[in-house]
Amino acid sequence: MNIQEMILTLQKHWSDQNCILMQAYDVEKGAGTMSPMTLLRSLGPEPWNVAYVEPSRRPADGRYGQNPNRLYQHHQFQVIMKPSPDNIQDLYLDSLKSLGIDPLKHDIRFVEDNWENPTLGAAGLGWEVWLDGMEITQFTYFQQIGGLEASPVAVEITYGIERLASYIQDKENVFDLEWTNGVTVGDIFYQPEYEHSKYTFEESDTDMLFNLFSTFENEAKQTMDKGLVFPAYDYVLKCSHTFNLLDAKGVISVTERTGYIGRVRNLAREIAKLYVEERERLGYPMLKKEAINNDSN
Amino acid sequence: MTVTNVLFEIGLEEMPARFLNDAKEQLESKTDAWLKELRLPYKDLKAYVTPRRLAIVITEIADKQPDIEEEVKGPAKKIALDKEGNWSKAAIGFSKGQGKSVDDIYFKEIKGIEYVHVNKFIKGQPTSELLPAFKDVFLSLTFPKNMRWSNLNLRFIRPIRWIVALQGSEVLPIEIAGVHSSNTTKGHRFLGQDIVLNDASEYQEKLKSQFVIVDPKLREEMIVQGIKNIEQENYWQISIDADLLNEVKHLVEYPTVFHGSFSEEFLVVPEEALITSMKEHQRYFPVKSSTDKLLPHFVAVRNGDENHIDMVAKGNEKVLKARLSDARFFYEEDQKQTIDQNIEKLGRMVFQESLGTIADKVARVVRITKNISDLINVDNQTANNAVRAAEISKFDLVTHMVNEFTELQGIMGERYASLFGENERVATAINEHYMPRHSKDNLPSTREGAIVSVADKLDTIVGCLSVGIIPSGSQDPYALRRQALGILQIVNDQRWNINLESLFEITQDIYESLDVNTISRAEIKANLNEFFKARAIFLMKELKVDHDAVDAVLTGGIGNYAFAIDKALLLTEKRLDESFKNVQEALVRTINLSEKGTDKGVNEGLFENLQEEKLYKKYQEISGPFEAALEKHKHKEAIEILSELAKPIHDFFDNTMVMTENEQVKANRLSLLNKIATLIFKFADLTKIQWKQQK
Repeated sequence: MNIQEMILTLQKHWSDQNCILMQAYDVEKGAGTMSPMTLLRSLGPEPWNVAYVEPSRRPADGRYGQNPNRLYQHHQFQVIMKPSPDNIQDLYLDSLKSLGIDPLKHDIRFVEDNWENPTLGAAGLGWEVWLDGMEITQFTYFQQIGGLEASPVAVEITYGIERLASYIQDKENVFDLEWTNGVTVGDIFYQPEYEHSKYTFEESDTDMLFNLFSTFENEAKQTMDKGLVFPAYDYVLKCSHTFNLLDAKGVISVTERTGYIGRVRNLAREIAKLYVEERERLGYPMLKKEAINNDSN
Repeated sequence: MTVTNVLFEIGLEEMPARFLNDAKEQLESKTDAWLKELRLPYKDLKAYVTPRRLAIVITEIADKQPDIEEEVKGPAKKIALDKEGNWSKAAIGFSKGQGKSVDDIYFKEIKGIEYVHVNKFIKGQPTSELLPAFKDVFLSLTFPKNMRWSNLNLRFIRPIRWIVALQGSEVLPIEIAGVHSSNTTKGHRFLGQDIVLNDASEYQEKLKSQFVIVDPKLREEMIVQGIKNIEQENYWQISIDADLLNEVKHLVEYPTVFHGSFSEEFLVVPEEALITSMKEHQRYFPVKSSTDKLLPHFVAVRNGDENHIDMVAKGNEKVLKARLSDARFFYEEDQKQTIDQNIEKLGRMVFQESLGTIADKVARVVRITKNISDLINVDNQTANNAVRAAEISKFDLVTHMVNEFTELQGIMGERYASLFGENERVATAINEHYMPRHSKDNLPSTREGAIVSVADKLDTIVGCLSVGIIPSGSQDPYALRRQALGILQIVNDQRWNINLESLFEITQDIYESLDVNTISRAEIKANLNEFFKARAIFLMKELKVDHDAVDAVLTGGIGNYAFAIDKALLLTEKRLDESFKNVQEALVRTINLSEKGTDKGVNEGLFENLQEEKLYKKYQEISGPFEAALEKHKHKEAIEILSELAKPIHDFFDNTMVMTENEQVKANRLSLLNKIATLIFKFADLTKIQWKQQK
């Protein structure tokens, strides 16, 4: 099964579970969790079920396209269901079956892994899912987001697309994976992998990046003061990515590092609070909608 | 009375393996306590745990509580009867309240006062009505980490998905978090079917038929047997790490052991890194040859049966290959950086906010290392090696390898240092300077390793205490306690002839020159003494030194730690030694009485009897040899010399009134006693000993 078919299969599977199929969010980010479709929407009492593919940039993992396992940018398939359904593990295992992974022929395990993202003031409990010893999915019940208690609890399922594909296609090098008939990951991503690595580690303008960080941070604050949650959040994402670029270049010392993470976290916390307030002010539109749907059923 | 078996099983999403042993114990002890409180007799109980279930089977539980007659105490007789001898309202109310009448009342005396009593009959409740409250026992289980799920407020280890509650064949009604009890449990997640249970006694067997081994002990046996079989078939040696075995057995409901291989080319990577990769990251058991050489194989445990096990092994091999490729890549990359290039980066790594970077720490450790070498008087070669080892002691912290496998710090340092041509003793010292890494770890084998290890630990402890970081309770983020224990053990092991206080001094000198202290030097010193004393007490107790003997030798500080141990061991012996009774009494009496005055100098002209003179003479005679014995740390000789004072002291007390009316004479005698007491204290505070001699 090529990657394109995998994505289509997962989309179909979760669409059948009433998930909204969303497209990738158009601001750089390190993980699918950081999309506002997860981070913000997981907050508050409104139900929310969504699935999407998220290109995830990890500048520090760039290897000039030379490492068979590490990428500047990989892809995650992200599912959020709030409140977490009782049969969520079965739904997940069914999705693996739909990808052709027969649990009777493999060793599938849920191994404790408590996820934490200090930059976003987010934490959750759950597992990494092992397929014959390989971590293929992060499975998390959110407990806290942006410093706020997550209630009701959203469950997040994050598949590592390339990891899973390397297993399904039995390839050892990520660049050999087939994206679609006759087209490999290498065909599409080798050049950007090389160039982004070169840019990140050698060519990026450090001063400009430091300036950008401050500029984005100020804009986030200013936008927040005006009560504009989503635009402000975009600038937080930009701060986070800029920080990752600086960090990967090794120009942020350990002490400074804590300081920068703290600055992003403070923004994330404030935005989380603001989002919850705004939704309340709007009367939780998705709750109303659910009530109407239930009535008409 | 009829009896039945009872089963409670709670089904959950996979629980963390590390919590399951404790959960099993809690389940057993809390169920037992609960049944005792309910007065429900039973034959036996046993808890079962797997990643997906917590269960308890209670055998032959009575079907109801026994009826009991209970004596209930009421008001005092004088309140129960009025002046005419009629029952008061209080008495009537009391008997009614107990479901009785005044006719049932009798009197009984308690501490001289008569009280109203009635015998109350309490009918035992049917067990079936009491058992549903078992819900509370389940919810009283505590876990280090709990979670919420869905839209519930309950916090528990993991989401609850099914409940089985059976008494005999009857379902007991229980509801937790919206889940209702039934008689149906689930088999293995992939291999098993749902199972209807007709009695608790079927629990183990029926679940086994659906690929769930509920008893963790049996799962462990299956794993151990599986490993043994593979060992014998292949002539391998597989050491079964207890912690790993414990974790692995709680990651599976039905264990099947299998083995896989990796390419020999990875064996160039240091063994420790390969083992860490396999054990910590993949939960595999590493495989060695009969000559203790690491082999390119591993043993793992699958949650399932033998079917398609080759495919599972192949998948695991693929994962391990990716991990080992990473390790080899790191190992090769690290060798492209020189030690100096690595050291340069230490200036960017924070050690502790107020104490600067790792580079700052290393600079201090180098200075302390030099000072220790001077203090213990080592040859030039050793001193130079120690300084070099200190200088490069932390360079491996910035290597890829240590970044990936933090537990390999020091080990990789030694390996790389050898590769870069450092001499062997320097390389060894880099690894040894972290020793002892835990309470059962080895101590440094080389003098260089010992010196740098003590220097590094001293720096951390003195540094932290200087900026007000003192461990309290479970809070000890820099593991200062362990490091202090390490220093004491090394100093003793190496038989360094130094006072512990001198180590504090040389380190404090350096900190004072750096001006980082937030508290006064005297206060830090007092804290250091206190902190190390507590650790010394801990270690000496492990050496079977009695607590009072430890107290006696540590009263004036630790001093020479090895000598303190010798003295304490000797006193532990002497406190039971009958022949020492006479000496001990003389010395203790001297100390006790000396406290009534101070040493203002002895004037021989004021002596009034021969015994005073003789005692003073003896004191003068033994002082020199006694101090010399202390100097040479000859504890037995020292106490023998002190013993010579016993006779003159007894003679003195028999013939002399110390607290006489003549103030001058009294002061003179107290001065003499103080001089002697001072001498005794140099050995130990003998008043702290609880003497246990017979007679």
